[in-house]
Amino acid sequence: MIAMLTGSVVIGSEFLLSGCKNSESSNNRIFSNKDIAFLDEVAETILPATTSPGAKEAAVGAFIGVMVNDCYTEKDQQIFHEGLKTLEIACKKEFNKGFLQANSEQRTKLLIGLDKEAKEYQKTKKKDDPTHYFTMIKQLTLFGFFTSKPGSTQALRHISVPGKYDGSFPYQKGDRAWAE
Amino acid sequence: MADNKFDAIVIGSGISGGWAAKELTQKGLKVLMLERGRNIEHIKDYVNASKELWEFPHRGNKTQKLIDQYSPVKRDKPSNEITNDFWVKDKECPYNEIKPFSWWRGYQVGGRSLTWGRHCYRWNKWDFEANLKESIAIDWPLRYDDLAPWYAYVERFIGIQGSREGLEVLPDGEYLPAIEMNVAEKYIAAGIKSHYQGTRHMFIGRTANITQPRPEQGRVNCQYRNRCERGCPFGAYFSTQSATLPAALATGNLTLRPFSIVRRILYDKDRQRASGVEILDAESNKTYQYTSKIIFVNASAFNSAWILMNSATDIWPGGLGSSSGELGCNVMDHHSLVGASGIIEGFEDKYEYGRRPTGIYVPRFRNIYNDRRDYIRGFGYQGAASRQGWSRKISELSIGAGFKEDLTEPGNWAIGLTGFGEMLPYHENRITLNKDKKDEWGLPILNIDVEMKENEKKMRTDMMEDAKEMLEAAGLKNVSVFDRGYQPGMGIHEMGTARMGRDPRKSVLNGNNQVWDAKNVFVTDGACMTSASCVNPSLSYMALTARAADFAVKELKKGNL
Repeated sequence: MIAMLTGSVVIGSEFLLSGCKNSESSNNRIFSNKDIAFLDEVAETILPATTSPGAKEAAVGAFIGVMVNDCYTEKDQQIFHEGLKTLEIACKKEFNKGFLQANSEQRTKLLIGLDKEAKEYQKTKKKDDPTHYFTMIKQLTLFGFFTSKPGSTQALRHISVPGKYDGSFPYQKGDRAWAE
Repeated sequence: MADNKFDAIVIGSGISGGWAAKELTQKGLKVLMLERGRNIEHIKDYVNASKELWEFPHRGNKTQKLIDQYSPVKRDKPSNEITNDFWVKDKECPYNEIKPFSWWRGYQVGGRSLTWGRHCYRWNKWDFEANLKESIAIDWPLRYDDLAPWYAYVERFIGIQGSREGLEVLPDGEYLPAIEMNVAEKYIAAGIKSHYQGTRHMFIGRTANITQPRPEQGRVNCQYRNRCERGCPFGAYFSTQSATLPAALATGNLTLRPFSIVRRILYDKDRQRASGVEILDAESNKTYQYTSKIIFVNASAFNSAWILMNSATDIWPGGLGSSSGELGCNVMDHHSLVGASGIIEGFEDKYEYGRRPTGIYVPRFRNIYNDRRDYIRGFGYQGAASRQGWSRKISELSIGAGFKEDLTEPGNWAIGLTGFGEMLPYHENRITLNKDKKDEWGLPILNIDVEMKENEKKMRTDMMEDAKEMLEAAGLKNVSVFDRGYQPGMGIHEMGTARMGRDPRKSVLNGNNQVWDAKNVFVTDGACMTSASCVNPSLSYMALTARAADFAVKELKKGNL
């Protein structure tokens, strides 16, 4: 059997609570360029550029589109697409403008609220209830960013061929984690 | 020699078939190795070996399309976007689950030796005696001492990194320098040793990854990428391609024929021997026959039994080797996906450099010496400690710059222990031919009817609770148990369908892996196993194959075959 638990980075379905769980065929809803730009901004608010590039530079919006199209079930795709609309409506309700028009403080405030809401929902939901759309967005953002080239090589450290193993390697607070 | 005549035919090119081909060709036999799938050339065909994660459109995830191709085994995880070329798509090669069974197959040259977990453990002396002592199924026709020299022979060739521990429960072999445990694992190992006063142990998992170069085999030592399952461009882990196939080819005695589905073994009634095999070319659908003096069946446990079931049916309706009534019965696997995990406090100033191709191993401690439980046999653990990565849960932070900066640093050290338990041989856990459903070549598919019973279920409680107790004894906090829901087959250690024994009325094979009813047919893959132990089985398959090949050639020379 393939050894389990050999590393800290989990690829795929264990981390992604949603999607990739059943064999309903996907109908490949199309993400427009506008949708991708919207997702880029949402993702950038979750993981902004700091001393390292943010989600937008890592093209997380486009990646999310690919994942939702190819890996999500039809039902989850629907929740995701509806969720984008819900997010936009929530933004308009709170700030009288859409997410793309909102400034970065407003975006952050909105998503902090949605994150809380999603966490509460996930905690209390029944097993077969759908995943909260913001949980989907956040998971795909984290996964998309930290497995991207900028995320792996600039936000994290990446060595393709380590060549040796040291199980007691010095670490100082602030040193970046290894990418897979 | 005519094109269709050989001294020996080896059916299958996986971990045991590769060994059969190497041993027989090196002893001077002209060998035909048949593989039902496509060829995979060493290094050249490991197309994903050097890609980075971001080069995969879904970063390794399964797409809905892939899940659909792999139904019904979509329920667990070995195949993904990166490795799926090495795993059979169930839609193309269906089987019938009477009870849920995940049948993971590798139809290509190299078989599952390309994707295996690489853990190599010798059986102990009790493993070979347990059936007899506990009146379970039948006795093994051999003992540890019979196999020990063959374990050593195989270990020397394949290259296993590991430490010698001097334990009766997990005999030491011949090892290359061990990869080290990390600082957190050493701490836990010391805690376990001290708490259990030397009766429980944790050390580095013994794996077939070389830690010293082997220029004579064209193999470079492990580079700590931990991407073994994609095929290794350094040849650092043992596979058919990295080791046994080049050795067999170097003799000039090997013919390898991919796309060759063996339909049946040809049986000569008068001589009571097999005379060769009939194959279907998977590409052209044409039928060919090849003859040989001996045949090694190494098609993987279920397919080896399938071939026997389809052979000599004019004499035995159940097929060659069915006279005992045991062909296809006694399916075993290792039940798993159960254990515990916890957080290790401290060691914040330490990290790992490099990605090991192994983890730790905890050998069996239940039902040995004076320990007695309400079940028989036992289990071992595999696992690893590492600092948590970006996928850890951080509840206090939600989104934004602080959240991101936090995730770019490693988290706490954490460890998981996953148990691998012995499954007993039950006659009624069996595979049979399905006469109604055929595959795309018109061949009958298999029914699989296998389940865990009381002994396994009781053992699983210990597998969880013991892991928790040991981690807590070592001082860990927040230890929690898990049972991810094992179903038979998920261990990918299926075995037992043509067991060895001392009595032709109760076993398919004798003590030299010969089919009782056709002494020039040898079955030396997982099918031959009379019990399962709890350790990973491949090393034993290899040792049994080398032993049987040695015997076969000696018998051939004596004119006994």
